[in-house]
Amino acid sequence: MTTQGNESGTTTALELKHVSKFFGSVIALQDISLSVEPGMVTCVLGDNGAGKSTLIKILSGVYSPSEGEVLLNGEAVTFTSPREALDSGIATVYQDLATIPLMSVWRNFFLGNEPLKGIPPFRYLDRTYAKEVCRTELLDMGIDIRDPEQPVGTLSGGERQAVAIARAVHFGANVLILDEPTSALGVKASGVVLKYVLQARDRGVAVVFITHNPHHAFLVGDRFYLLNRGQMMETFERGAVTREQLVQAMAGGAELEVLEHELESITRQ
Amino acid sequence: MSNSLLVTDERMASISTVTRILRRPEIGALLGAIVIFLMFTAVDTTGIFASLTGLARWSDVAATVGIVAVPVALLMIAGEFDLSAGVMVGSSGLFAGLLISNWNWNMWPAIAATLVFAAAIGFINGWLVMVTGLPSFIVTLAMFFSLRGINLGLTKVITDTVRVADIDEAPGYDLARSVFASEIIEPYDYKVAVIWWIAVTALATWVLTRTQFGNWIYAVSGDKVAARNTGVPVRRTKITLFMCTSMSAALVGVITLTRLRSMQAGQGVGEEFTFIIAAVVGGCLLTGGYGSAIGASIGAAIIGMAFIGIAYAGWNTDWTWLFLGLILFLAVLVNTFIGRRASGARK
Repeated sequence: MTTQGNESGTTTALELKHVSKFFGSVIALQDISLSVEPGMVTCVLGDNGAGKSTLIKILSGVYSPSEGEVLLNGEAVTFTSPREALDSGIATVYQDLATIPLMSVWRNFFLGNEPLKGIPPFRYLDRTYAKEVCRTELLDMGIDIRDPEQPVGTLSGGERQAVAIARAVHFGANVLILDEPTSALGVKASGVVLKYVLQARDRGVAVVFITHNPHHAFLVGDRFYLLNRGQMMETFERGAVTREQLVQAMAGGAELEVLEHELESITRQ
Repeated sequence: MSNSLLVTDERMASISTVTRILRRPEIGALLGAIVIFLMFTAVDTTGIFASLTGLARWSDVAATVGIVAVPVALLMIAGEFDLSAGVMVGSSGLFAGLLISNWNWNMWPAIAATLVFAAAIGFINGWLVMVTGLPSFIVTLAMFFSLRGINLGLTKVITDTVRVADIDEAPGYDLARSVFASEIIEPYDYKVAVIWWIAVTALATWVLTRTQFGNWIYAVSGDKVAARNTGVPVRRTKITLFMCTSMSAALVGVITLTRLRSMQAGQGVGEEFTFIIAAVVGGCLLTGGYGSAIGASIGAAIIGMAFIGIAYAGWNTDWTWLFLGLILFLAVLVNTFIGRRASGARK
């Protein structure tokens, strides 16, 4: 498959080296190393409490690690705010999508990066351009939003994901972090979002796909990191792992067997 | 357009022009304004309500409400309240009045100083809201009561009365009067404040719908962190709006001062809710994120019509407040209903 760029650092977009995060006496993450490469989908799998949220916040610049370092294109970086990370090309699409429901699609798309025309200080929004770009960008992702003036709140969950992803890609994200993009969606909408994930990958974006669903991860992932209780349990490469193995590893095989026995004993009573 | 070439979602019914219009936040207020206008025309006993003279009378009332209601609406769209806007009219008028009558300032530097003073009060409001994280309802309510106390207390200490008078003796008064308090268009005598009102509405509408700052006003109403993550300066946007609200109240303060040639220490108290009523009748949601500047101005026009219309109908003007209460309730009911229908919900 893809070359392993971890050691040379040439093809790695974003890398964590022995990163730990402590909150007082709580160890949220311990000794996490992972690398994310352009044009690849890197999946981070973990159940609730595995440390996914903390990991996202470190990757997107909300937290800085207590130990270890973050490397962007091979250089150690320290972000003090999400805005700094964003300016360096790391875009994060959160579960809440950071869209304003009552605002129109195009206003949401360009929020914080509004195209302006006119002479300062009398600069105003270039609405025609904004609407046109918003429309074509979304069309490129295979989504026809019909009317860029409609409020984002009237779009379906999958479409809102698409708007958020398209927005991140349009504004030059080299690293795109997706926080549980399919968790609130039905089967079909999840499939659509996974397609957007692949489209972003094909544009050369390094996608970090964070999820607790091994089925979704297996469909699009090139590399899989398994997180549990703040530690990196296992790493798989695409082709070297089957869906069953992934599901088994994710569910924590032994734990599942214990649960099975317990459930059996309950039903027998 | 290449719309026809695209595969459209078959579940999406085409949006009619009517729905598009109904989606505008100010549509409820506009319909309400027409109904109220017709109603007061019907019950008018003087025969001038529907004339240009009648328009001059109620547009005067509407102007002093609308000038502040418009920035109050922008602030509400941004998800914040300013309950100190009413008393700021009094505070700024007294501030300018004291500079002029007690310390013999020229009219114009006094007005400039008053605008700076108002901007500072607005800044304090906004800064306190952002720094403490307390609801703006509480912070500006505290500012309201503080200013109310200061207005009365300081005025008494300085002038030994509860008013500041003799403004018209100040140098520069005549020019100030023509700018802020003159009458235009004979023989109807429109107040020049109406021009200020229209200018404020036009400027606010342009800012809200056509500029980057306008986009931010909508955006800061929701999740602060989300807005900040997309690069919107939440704190700067909200503080600016608080400052604009305060300064618009100061404009009305200056207009009132030049018109009356004096200022009562209790001026403006109670007006804050009139501004909020105008904004809400105009389609602003209390939860923020939705509304328009034109809507707030239509709301102000309704209030103006109510004050003048009730008097012209020969009714006791004590009933005006009851009328405004009912209008507020009905307007919100209609706005909610229309909004829900227009956004496509079936219930």
